[in-house]
Amino acid sequence: MSQQSAPAVATPPAPGSQEKDGRTAQRPLAVRLLARPEVGVFLGAVAVYVFFLVAAPPVREASSMANILYQSSTIGIMAIPVALLMIGGEFDLSAGVAVVTSALTASMLAYQLSMNVWVGVIAALVVSLAIGFLNGWLVVRTGLPSFLITLGSFLILQGVNLAVTKLVTGNVATDDISNMDGFGQVKAVFASSFDIGGVQVKITIVWWLVFAAIATWVLLRTRYGNWIFAVGGNKDSARAVGVPVNFTKISLFMLVGFGAWFVGMHQLFSFNTVQSGEGVGQELIYISAAVIGGCLLTGGAGSAIGPVFGAFMFGMVQQGIVYAGWNPDWFKAFLGVMLLGAVMINLWVQRTATRR
Amino acid sequence: MTDNTTGTHGAILQDTAPTDGGPIVELRSTGKSYGNIRALHGVDLKVFANQVTCVLGDNGAGKSTLIKIISGLHQHTEGDLLVDGAPVRFGSPRDALDKGIATVYQDLATVPLMPVWRNFFLGSEMTKGPWPLRRLDIARMKETADRELRNMGIVLDDLEQPIGTLSGGQRQCVAIARAVYFGARVLILDEPTAALGVKQSGVVLKYIAAARERGLGVIFITHNPHHAYMVGDHFSVLRLGTLELSAERSDITLEELTNHMAGGAELAALKHELSQVRGVDTEELPEEEDLTAPVATGPEGKA
Repeated sequence: MSQQSAPAVATPPAPGSQEKDGRTAQRPLAVRLLARPEVGVFLGAVAVYVFFLVAAPPVREASSMANILYQSSTIGIMAIPVALLMIGGEFDLSAGVAVVTSALTASMLAYQLSMNVWVGVIAALVVSLAIGFLNGWLVVRTGLPSFLITLGSFLILQGVNLAVTKLVTGNVATDDISNMDGFGQVKAVFASSFDIGGVQVKITIVWWLVFAAIATWVLLRTRYGNWIFAVGGNKDSARAVGVPVNFTKISLFMLVGFGAWFVGMHQLFSFNTVQSGEGVGQELIYISAAVIGGCLLTGGAGSAIGPVFGAFMFGMVQQGIVYAGWNPDWFKAFLGVMLLGAVMINLWVQRTATRR
Repeated sequence: MTDNTTGTHGAILQDTAPTDGGPIVELRSTGKSYGNIRALHGVDLKVFANQVTCVLGDNGAGKSTLIKIISGLHQHTEGDLLVDGAPVRFGSPRDALDKGIATVYQDLATVPLMPVWRNFFLGSEMTKGPWPLRRLDIARMKETADRELRNMGIVLDDLEQPIGTLSGGQRQCVAIARAVYFGARVLILDEPTAALGVKQSGVVLKYIAAARERGLGVIFITHNPHHAYMVGDHFSVLRLGTLELSAERSDITLEELTNHMAGGAELAALKHELSQVRGVDTEELPEEEDLTAPVATGPEGKA
């Protein structure tokens, strides 16, 4: 609540109200825009982009841009459901390893049973949604902070990923599934690329933007979106006026499960195998992207567009460091600085712009 | 998610409202225990349309438990809860809402960060379009919210402002206007004036009266007998979980009501306040020296 005082959502004002109460004055457009968290993060993303345009000349090429956007999309696809969940007032720390769980499930199931990979893909979807459901169900049933519940599921999944993979394959990675039935079709959906003016563009970029558009529409224009803001803003009020709080929260966790499945499938079908120990730490990247994107850590405010820019900042830095020829070890340090900087600039801008 | 209509469940309810003049909501020796703690026991209460039923009591008297039972947040463990003469047991506030019982809670009436109009329609949003593209009918909702709020005398420039920027009284009034709009037959107000200043309390009391004029049965929970007496038709005083007094307005004076509320000991302290309420006769109230019981200064005096 202290982090921002801008409206949780905004739509064009209704035309022509007759009578005024005379207590509100219209503030200048620029100030009103700046007060919106998405605009702050957009400016931040532009700043990072310009910085690397100057510092790393290779960034100026179109193919580099495609690469940066690809990197951003793999973060961004997960950052969107994580952001929605955060607006709904909850966390999911298991989001990072859940991606790997999903990929492992699809890969091992299809390989071990020698079935069409579609079977593995569908099974992985079921598993991912089930993990999301279980997280959400435990949170609403116990009333414990989702931080604790999902910290538990994070540790469980991390252990299960490693142990089960070793048990089944005798190795820390899964077997290559690239010559199995249906691989080509699934790859076309999750991990193909297409050509725009001689530049190879990954399909995940398209999915990322499509998901962001859908999420924005759902958030601002549907009852469900209204419920997301309500359960995050004041769960008890929402319940008292008849909002299905438990349904909303559980479904948001399942949405994160869906995101994990999607990214998991992308990883599996672009690399053909999965390393069982991966994914640890990714959940914090997703959460950071959502927070940089202007989602309130305590829930009740945020957008689906903000995290898109947040993810772009991350992808930009990650690739920009490589293009600039610096040691990639600096990436995390950069992220930390960006996170702090973005949050503080957001806070300052909003305090200034929303001052009454 | 349960109903695919535009969410105005109240519009349907108005057709089924009873016209026989019986109580809409009735409690028959209702009680509630939390484990081995008996919070409420043997309470009778009738709520009629066009009437304000006041439930008074000091902190811990069982007022909150009472409204939680009627509004569906908790279930009673003894006695009966009847709506339109039929025994019911609410599983959730949604069930109560579907019966036309709306509750405006003291502190959880609204979602502060959401715009006024979104708060107004929260849980009963108007939608348009076929399913996969079913979306909020924002223009209609804003228009309706603005009209309804103006009808209740609340004028707001910008329905887009977060409701948290409104004053406490305005927030309560928005919540009341919302309940009235959604066809509530019974409006439960949980200490709507407790956290408000004098002027704001007056505004809320005005809306309580307005709601009664519109044919609603109002349950007005308060620990302020002055506020209760200004608008109430029937008074029930709770003490330590049981009903201490149940009286019609014609059978009781403010003096007696206050006496029951305060147990007599705080009368002298209250007299000063009472004399400032216009239209309240303070001549017959006892002076401090007339009281035999020691005068307590705090609310602890009830013992």
